Amino acid sequence: MKRIESLEELKALQVAERAKMTVRDGLAPTEANLAKHQVLICAGTGCTSNKSAEVKKALEEKIAQEGLQDEVQVVQTGCFGFCSLGPIMVVYPEGTFYNKVSASDVDEIVEKHFKNGELVERLLYTIPGTKEHAKDMSHIPFFQKQKRIALRNCGSIDPEKIEEAIAHYAYQGLGRALTEMDSQAIIQELLDSGIRGRGGAGFPTGLKWKFATGYSADQKYVVCNADEGDPGAFMDRSVLEGDPHSVIEAMAIGGYCIGASQGYVYIRAEYPIAVHRLEIAIKQAREAGLLGKNILGTGFDFDIDIRLGAGAFVCGEETALLTSVEGKRGEPRPRPPFPAEKGLWGKPTFVNNVETLASISYIFLKGAQEFASVGTEKSKGTKVFAMSGKINNIGLVEVPMGTTLREIIYDIGGGIPNGKAFKAAQTGGPSGGCLPASLLDTEIDFDSLVKAGSMMGSGGLIVMDETDCMVDIAKFFVEFTQDESCGKCPPCRIGTKRILEILTKITEGKGEEGDIEKLESLAKNISTSALCALGQTAPNPVLATLKFFRDEYEAHIKDKKCPAGKCKSLFTMVIDPEKCKGCTLCARNCPVGAITGSVKNPHSIDPEKCIKCGVCLDNCKFGAIYKK
Amino acid sequence: MACTCNAHNQEKYQQLDAVIAEYIDQPGSLINVLHKAQGIFGYLPEEVQAYIAEKMDIPLSEIYGVVTFYALFTTEPKGKYNFNVCLGTACYVKGSGKILERVEKELGIKLNETSADGLFSIEACRCVGACGLAPVMTVNGEVYGRLTPDKVPAIIQKYKDLEANN
Repeated sequence: MKRIESLEELKALQVAERAKMTVRDGLAPTEANLAKHQVLICAGTGCTSNKSAEVKKALEEKIAQEGLQDEVQVVQTGCFGFCSLGPIMVVYPEGTFYNKVSASDVDEIVEKHFKNGELVERLLYTIPGTKEHAKDMSHIPFFQKQKRIALRNCGSIDPEKIEEAIAHYAYQGLGRALTEMDSQAIIQELLDSGIRGRGGAGFPTGLKWKFATGYSADQKYVVCNADEGDPGAFMDRSVLEGDPHSVIEAMAIGGYCIGASQGYVYIRAEYPIAVHRLEIAIKQAREAGLLGKNILGTGFDFDIDIRLGAGAFVCGEETALLTSVEGKRGEPRPRPPFPAEKGLWGKPTFVNNVETLASISYIFLKGAQEFASVGTEKSKGTKVFAMSGKINNIGLVEVPMGTTLREIIYDIGGGIPNGKAFKAAQTGGPSGGCLPASLLDTEIDFDSLVKAGSMMGSGGLIVMDETDCMVDIAKFFVEFTQDESCGKCPPCRIGTKRILEILTKITEGKGEEGDIEKLESLAKNISTSALCALGQTAPNPVLATLKFFRDEYEAHIKDKKCPAGKCKSLFTMVIDPEKCKGCTLCARNCPVGAITGSVKNPHSIDPEKCIKCGVCLDNCKFGAIYKK
Repeated sequence: MACTCNAHNQEKYQQLDAVIAEYIDQPGSLINVLHKAQGIFGYLPEEVQAYIAEKMDIPLSEIYGVVTFYALFTTEPKGKYNFNVCLGTACYVKGSGKILERVEKELGIKLNETSADGLFSIEACRCVGACGLAPVMTVNGEVYGRLTPDKVPAIIQKYKDLEANN
């Protein structure tokens, strides 16, 4: 595209490009784009894994076959958020929300919707508890309590076309900063907005930028942390897949503020789609004069390169990340000096995560007050959560800070599947903790989560039900941090290993009196002596589960029982002879031939042979099999 | 020194030369080069590391240190079909442990092993980000979601058939 020479040109381009998208705004087509329908298909990782690319291809072919190219346009977008309904397709101007669309549905959609103006009812979302179909997204409870700031353009624009981002005001915040503000004013804007880092600890972003501005050097750097390592967290990936320009724009604002001309995005190699879209976005931004020399004709120079991670969780820690950007082993180093003083290649640097940056471009577009009007007193704005596990509506949700866990899990998330009871919500990934049912009414923000013994972390929210064993979950997380410990400092390298050994012992029924106290003492020592945040927070999952589910630990140790029926050494599979009808289904399905019995007579399980795989329990139609 | 024993290998080293030429002037680009080298060779044997060390003027010890630090780099060849079972939290609570057990049983190899014929290998990963489809696994990048242990044999058979037809 043509180079944009000034903010005025950018604003004029916004108007011209938006005129091509009126249908998507629910309005009539304009001369700029006469197509009557625009069909948005999610091309994020979740829907792509569900073959949304095949749906898009089939739809384009059918449209061409029917000669409807001028009437119906197909657009790929980023994530809509409702991942468990993928692939998702939204048809404008009506806003019709079709879910679980497959390539074989395409003919019917074209025939009915585009040729006859009828809805394909079987692909509409049914509002839970009713027989009613939602006619558009605003009628779906999952979307109703959300407020999208970081994800504002995800699911609205084609992330591979900078024109669509510009139509949605991309780079106007940068234009405002470059033409109206100096470093002090930018820092003040961030401080006024109250934004805190979305990557973990919630440090005020304005202060971070202020510190990096305060040190003078011949070169400084802006680094975006896109090494989203927490398993179950995928908000940063979705922002980069759906709206990469929001991140590039904020990095450029940061560069202008602190006096850096070079930025790096450090991104996981496990995110191929996000890397690809980011590469395209950087290239397009350079062509448009929004990166590179003399941005928007203001004389400001700034460029961005991508650095790939290689599967090391510790690189999410900022000092480890910086050594990895330098191409070395990603080991952390002690702070101070903080990166603001000595960061990348020893130069002043700030590191912000993706969601933070996407929110910053919103702040510079809309103003600090607009952002600060959302959220709680000390945690402003919104937070994106990647909600998964034992919950009906798996996906990505963005809610104002201060929304309660209950609203997120039940109103938005649709509650727990299969009639099971809620047990805990895990936040903060391997550095966080589990919140029990008694804390469901906690208003979620940075400080309330810390107070409850967990942390915000990057925003993974994994829901667990009554069949999940909390000792096993603690062990799962410690296994993770143990495996990912870089080995540099002994408290983390050796301490997490000892914790894991004790937890393994407990889940195998070999727990002893005094183990809980040992865990607590180890946890305290590791968290006060480890070198970096990975080690310091590694014991959190153990401490949090001990705090709320101590009785489960005690049941494992003293009674040699796993109340949730998860730890294989601590239960046996039993058939209730009263309930067993002798249908033989379990015996036929048992992979090790541990079940014996004759037709129409109660069966029994040989505990010596049984491997406790649970196949019999899943297959029994009479509820006759249980764990004891 | 680099093994250039056959033409096929020579072609790969030529590709590697092009990668090194692209990155040599960018500070700190070793990890990007290693990713591309692994893409070319399938893994990073000592001779490839030595070749990069010489061309980029970085000590081999440093390259070895980087290769062994990061989980995505491997110094051993993987199977032609690499089964990668997600053991991230969302998949774990939805039973991915049982999926892994079944893959191991059906393929007759353990996690991080490669079958004797070089066709199959099993790895575990942390999160592919398709949590809406949990539990998931990928085979050479293709995502299989909403798995149950019983779905595993058919997926393996698909690749055995593919191999038989080749």
